[in-house]
Amino acid sequence: MNTEYSFSHRHILGMEQFSRDDIAHILTTAESFKEISARSIKKVPVLRGRTIVNLFFEASTRTRLSFEVAAKRMSADTFNINASTSSTVKGETLIDTARNISAMHPDVIILRHFSSGASQLMSQYVQAAVINAGDGAHQHPSQSLLDLMTVQERKGRLDGLKIAIIGDITHSRVARSNIQGFRTMGSEVHVFGPSTLVPLHIESLGAVRAPTLRDALDNADVVMALRIQRERLHDPLLPSLREYAQRFGLSHETLGWAKEDAIVMHPGPVNRGVEMSPEIADSPRSVILDQVSNGVAVRMALLYLVGNA
Amino acid sequence: MSNSWIIENGRIIDPASGRDETGTLVVTNGCIAAAGEPVSADTSRIDARGSWVVPGLTDMHTHLREPGEEYKEDILSGARAAAAGGFTGIACMPNTIPVNDCAAVTQLILERARQAAVRIYPVGAISRGSQGELLADLGELKNAGAIAVSDDGRPLVNSQLMRRALEYAADFDLTVISHCEDIFLGKGAMHEGPVSTRLGLRGIPPAAEAVMVYRDIALAEWTGKAVHIAHVSCAQSLALIRAAKERGVRVSAETAPHYFTLTDEAASTYDTRAKMNPPLRSESDRQAVRQALADGTIDAIATDHAPHSCLEKECEFELAANGIIGLESALPLSLALVADGLLSPLRLVELMAFNPAKILGLPAGTLQPGSAADLTIIKPDQPFIFSEADICSKSRNTPFLGYEFPGRAVLTMVGGEIRFQKELL
Repeated sequence: MNTEYSFSHRHILGMEQFSRDDIAHILTTAESFKEISARSIKKVPVLRGRTIVNLFFEASTRTRLSFEVAAKRMSADTFNINASTSSTVKGETLIDTARNISAMHPDVIILRHFSSGASQLMSQYVQAAVINAGDGAHQHPSQSLLDLMTVQERKGRLDGLKIAIIGDITHSRVARSNIQGFRTMGSEVHVFGPSTLVPLHIESLGAVRAPTLRDALDNADVVMALRIQRERLHDPLLPSLREYAQRFGLSHETLGWAKEDAIVMHPGPVNRGVEMSPEIADSPRSVILDQVSNGVAVRMALLYLVGNA
Repeated sequence: MSNSWIIENGRIIDPASGRDETGTLVVTNGCIAAAGEPVSADTSRIDARGSWVVPGLTDMHTHLREPGEEYKEDILSGARAAAAGGFTGIACMPNTIPVNDCAAVTQLILERARQAAVRIYPVGAISRGSQGELLADLGELKNAGAIAVSDDGRPLVNSQLMRRALEYAADFDLTVISHCEDIFLGKGAMHEGPVSTRLGLRGIPPAAEAVMVYRDIALAEWTGKAVHIAHVSCAQSLALIRAAKERGVRVSAETAPHYFTLTDEAASTYDTRAKMNPPLRSESDRQAVRQALADGTIDAIATDHAPHSCLEKECEFELAANGIIGLESALPLSLALVADGLLSPLRLVELMAFNPAKILGLPAGTLQPGSAADLTIIKPDQPFIFSEADICSKSRNTPFLGYEFPGRAVLTMVGGEIRFQKELL
């Protein structure tokens, strides 16, 4: 890494803002924080006195908890706001919500929102640093960074790998973030799913559109399955989850096309028996729980990098 | 107020007669005078040196928001914006609150229009309440003063109703203006392409427009009736319209300046001022629109002036309202096509004055002696930076603020009365 490197991002909105050096720096920082979570007293005073608001307009267990755990391990004061209990149900606009929260002088706002571009919009109206914890089908940078960290740990590198992403690419902020993240680090990303769930123009993002599941998985180092949401059945994008599982679900058989040491990832929560068979989810190839552990470390790093400004 | 004028030294451009020459135009008592006609005593002189003198522009497609949403625009503010943009007449779409589907609403609009700076031509709804189920009383609308009918903003799903509308409206000489959109394919926030893919926004394919363009062409062809296609945005639609015209189908079409100026890249930072329906499309679509303006496939340039306040625009992209204002910027953006060498001045005037009036059946768009002196004086070479000071509309939702335009209207005259004047000529 460049010795003169300094992290210069005020907000974390998407993976496209990051250079290779940025990502390497975040992952190195995350690695150094990982050990804190293994201590008996899991707390360091790095962000003592800082105020962090978790503003979630969409249901989330894992991501919200992960950010909250990360913030508390750094000794920040955290506040959780759920859309269902917030003033948005009274008709307040996102911009007014942003201005009101900003008036209480938080240092970091972590935003999860159902609308693509929401975190960029919010960043224009607040003094605090904004971390995008998922905006519509756009970006989910902390997820991509924890995925990169997990692959780096397992593979020892992030360049020259073949990453296969399988499933609902169209509605996935994880897919968009990871296509950009892995490409920036020098790996190839192949995507595959039902044609109704792979954007016509996906190759403009730098991904390879695999014609078949076998092409996607063939010789892959990393296989990432994406969650299928039940509401896609009504669009109509899919006839049934049963058919999806048969044609697109990962099994021991289909994973045989990937490299012998290929790892299996999933951003969670897994629909067991849909995106992958239960045996795959629990197999030694699965790094799903490593992803969750690394999520805390990556989020500690992000909070440290933007919260100490 | 004087309504007799001698307009000297201007380049007189009149598609009705094919005239394009420097000369003198005389206005007597609010009407264009014939050559050699005696000039009345109270006549004033206007020196139009370096300017074009053209029939007043007609905008076939505006949203004036009155009645119902006067915080965005009203008839008087919209008319002021029109005059400032060089328009002497504007057709206002029926998607007001309530919908203009009956004589009472049409009459209310025309009552307000008596104070307006330009002529207001109400467009009635095709179906009752624009619900797409039953025909509105088209004869009653016509008698009340509607000059056309349209489903704009609430596209007609029911093809049988569309067929009946084409047939029944023709009985009253009402132009049918179709907003071509398959509302199921049209569910989305912007054009489906690399930009929507990157932004994670649901895309609208060009087919959402083209399939309905073809439906309406097929219906017009079968019934022998006329149809006018509103705000064409894409190459697919233009190919269908071009082929239909070659077969002799009675189809006409308009586009809006944003479709020949911008692409979906304008929305690449979630800028809601670049959100409209139909959406800004790809560069190849933009080029196709420009080509179609030059080759005659497109008959008219209309603004689709769609005022919205910051309430509808300063928000998440997906939640933002569709549309931009266009009355003040349409002529300057179209003058750029002349500056680029794509259109002749005569062709531009045809697209913005002569053809819109002809399609709507209006006694306008011409400088023939005896016609009302509705005219526009344009300085084609007076570059300016478009700023809020140039906007008369109540709303500011335009992506063009800060653009450099090649020229503008400097004087707008309606019935011999000056309704807008930029500065001394």
